[in-house]
Amino acid sequence: MDMTAEMTPERRAELDARVQRKLKKRYRAAKRFHFYCVGSLVLAISFLAFFFTDMISKGHSAFQQAHVQVDVDYAEKNLRFTKRAIAEDMHDIVSRGWLRDLRRVKKENPELVGTKAVAWALADDEVDQYLKGNKDLTGDDNTVEQKALAARIDALKADGKIKMKFNVGFFTNGDSKIPEMSGLWSAMVGSILVMVLTLLFSFPIGVMTAIYLEEFAPDNRLTQLIEININNLAAVPSILFGLLGLAIFINFFGVPRSSALAGGLTLGLMTLPVIIISTRAALRAVPDTIRQAAYGMGCTEWRTVRDHVLPLSMPGILTGTIIGIAQAMGETAPLLIIGMMAYIPEAPEGFLQAATVLPAQIFTWAGMPERAYVERTAAGILVLMSVLILMNASAVLLRKKFERRW
Amino acid sequence: MTTGQLLLLFAACLLLLAGTAYVIGRRRAEGIKAGGTFMNSQPGQYGQFAATWTAVPAIVAAFVGWVATLFGAEIISGKLIIAAAVAAAVVGLVWAVRQVDPELRARLGVERVITAALITASMVSILTTLGILLSIIFESIRFFGMVDFMHFVTGTEWNPDAAPEGSEELITKGFGSLPLFAGTFLITGIAMTVALPIGLLSAIYMSEYASPSVRSVSKPLLEILAGIPTVVYGFFAAITIAPIIVAVADKVGLQASYQAALAPGLVMGIMIIPFISSLSDDVINSVPESMRDGSLALGMTKSETIRHILIPAALPGIISATLLGVSRALGETMIVVMAAGLRPNLTWNPLEAVTTVTVRIVDALTGDQAFGTPETLAAFSLGLVLFVVTLILNIVSVSMVRRFKQQYA
Repeated sequence: MDMTAEMTPERRAELDARVQRKLKKRYRAAKRFHFYCVGSLVLAISFLAFFFTDMISKGHSAFQQAHVQVDVDYAEKNLRFTKRAIAEDMHDIVSRGWLRDLRRVKKENPELVGTKAVAWALADDEVDQYLKGNKDLTGDDNTVEQKALAARIDALKADGKIKMKFNVGFFTNGDSKIPEMSGLWSAMVGSILVMVLTLLFSFPIGVMTAIYLEEFAPDNRLTQLIEININNLAAVPSILFGLLGLAIFINFFGVPRSSALAGGLTLGLMTLPVIIISTRAALRAVPDTIRQAAYGMGCTEWRTVRDHVLPLSMPGILTGTIIGIAQAMGETAPLLIIGMMAYIPEAPEGFLQAATVLPAQIFTWAGMPERAYVERTAAGILVLMSVLILMNASAVLLRKKFERRW
Repeated sequence: MTTGQLLLLFAACLLLLAGTAYVIGRRRAEGIKAGGTFMNSQPGQYGQFAATWTAVPAIVAAFVGWVATLFGAEIISGKLIIAAAVAAAVVGLVWAVRQVDPELRARLGVERVITAALITASMVSILTTLGILLSIIFESIRFFGMVDFMHFVTGTEWNPDAAPEGSEELITKGFGSLPLFAGTFLITGIAMTVALPIGLLSAIYMSEYASPSVRSVSKPLLEILAGIPTVVYGFFAAITIAPIIVAVADKVGLQASYQAALAPGLVMGIMIIPFISSLSDDVINSVPESMRDGSLALGMTKSETIRHILIPAALPGIISATLLGVSRALGETMIVVMAAGLRPNLTWNPLEAVTTVTVRIVDALTGDQAFGTPETLAAFSLGLVLFVVTLILNIVSVSMVRRFKQQYA
């Protein structure tokens, strides 16, 4: 039956209006949905922006450190009780660590002994924090002593006897319980040692596993088991690798606790699935014609892989490896379990000595009560993030430059 | 001699012997070939054959010796192992060089050894899983020898210090794990409430609305969120987010702790956004174009197409991404260690401090307790639960994605 024929113009207009209303509503909903989607992305990216601004604003000041000009009396007897080497009213302004290190003058600069000189000394962390505006010494809550100290600092600053210098010590010192003396050096050395071991361990085994699975393995139960197992390992919480490291490497094999070796082995196992998965993808991208051409020339299976497939997939493999190592470099949880959060003032000299790594150093500093450690933690984060971003960027560049589309 | 020096000595001997074997094997083969005899393999391959048969016995001998010392055969010193290994290498060298012969299928022999080496390497990943499982299972068995299992599962009080020491009976006090799991789920819940909508909607925007240039910028930006180390997120949560939460709660007249579950939860959510978005992006992209076209041709708006066609079609993939996100959140350690509390607390209030499974694991194993006390062993039992739960989540998640891919492949 034809409905429209019986429809009066009024009824038709009403229907039209209803459809229009509904359409409008639907279009509004569509717009709203679009807005939600854009909003989510903007929100996610603004988290990132907020995070970076926050870290930079907290950490940038640590790259500068206050230094104060003092008259030092290098008399022989003062080098034993170094507090006497400087005027008494400077004791709470000059760093304790700097004073302690005056003892080394005798050995390092013997010509100074017995003379008097003006030196730029490292300032105490309280002074440094006050000058950076991180710590209030003049407020109502502060003691009379603190207010007096603030006045003295202001006076010294007006005389040009206090100034900010680039914080070299942050990169050349090891960890220290004195905030202004602490630096990243030993953690950086530790990170490099651990990463070298991680790479040495996970790269050959990962690439070999991937070659086996992709080029040699028959499609049987064992192969499937290995594949499922690798996918699961990639998703196992990292802290469980720490439990493995503690129970197997340290307690069973007797690897020294806190050593770079224990860390490298543990992180190596953790990085393995990442390298295997990316190597397999790189090998799979090499077309079969390459392999068949090699077989046609009389190559054995292994020589085909070694001389043809592997070189062609190398950029992809290296990209995956760099990403895996960068991931391992930022990892902390398993290392805490195997004791790599120890206090390490001197850089480790071997793989068996106690070591710490950058993220573990950040964790240790984050737990320190002194205000001066906050900016150092944030600055350590900035250093770590720069290294990681550099690594990931080089991985992307490598892929862009050498990737071949078949 | 230290272990390092021993290893160095071993490697040097091995390299020297294998190099000699290669040269001798190759020379011999070249000599035979120069006489005009047809040979099965190239001279270099005979060299490789000889080198392989020199190195492999030595490595096997050294490995066996090392394992023997681990299991308590203390008479075997490091020097003895190296001497045995070198002897094995020399025997292998002599044998392999004498084998060089036109009939010898040297390249097949080398090929077999290489395949064996590749299989051995593949076993490392299996051994890793086994290692994780064995280490946590053994310690857990020891733990449940001291602590009542039912108490561990159903107890509501976690306070290892209160547990009686040195008693012969099973401990039924202080090891109730419920508050730890409640805390873990509370923080995971907060994280997923943040990550799921933001991640999913971002993925929809990037795959359905965004121009290629916006997509090419925003995707790597989101990936950066996944690349930030968790210790950094932890510091961010504790130093920046927690005070903001306390201040905001104060404004609206609520009392919030500086270790409120909300801070690590929110930050963990931010961390998980890229996991959800990149996986969802993949599955939404692999929904066939014809389904979109059909819906649009029927007059559906774009958002209706997405809500009524795309999302239901991609649902298995989205659920799988969610499960993977949950598994990440459950096992996440550093954020909660730095920003959540230490005190077990059975509550649903996100403004109160709670503790999680991973926090207690770290706390138990970084303290001064001797290894083997119920408290340190408890860490392994908690680890076992964590392993099993994340394993199940991962397996379900992978099988869901596979089913989805099969449906539209």
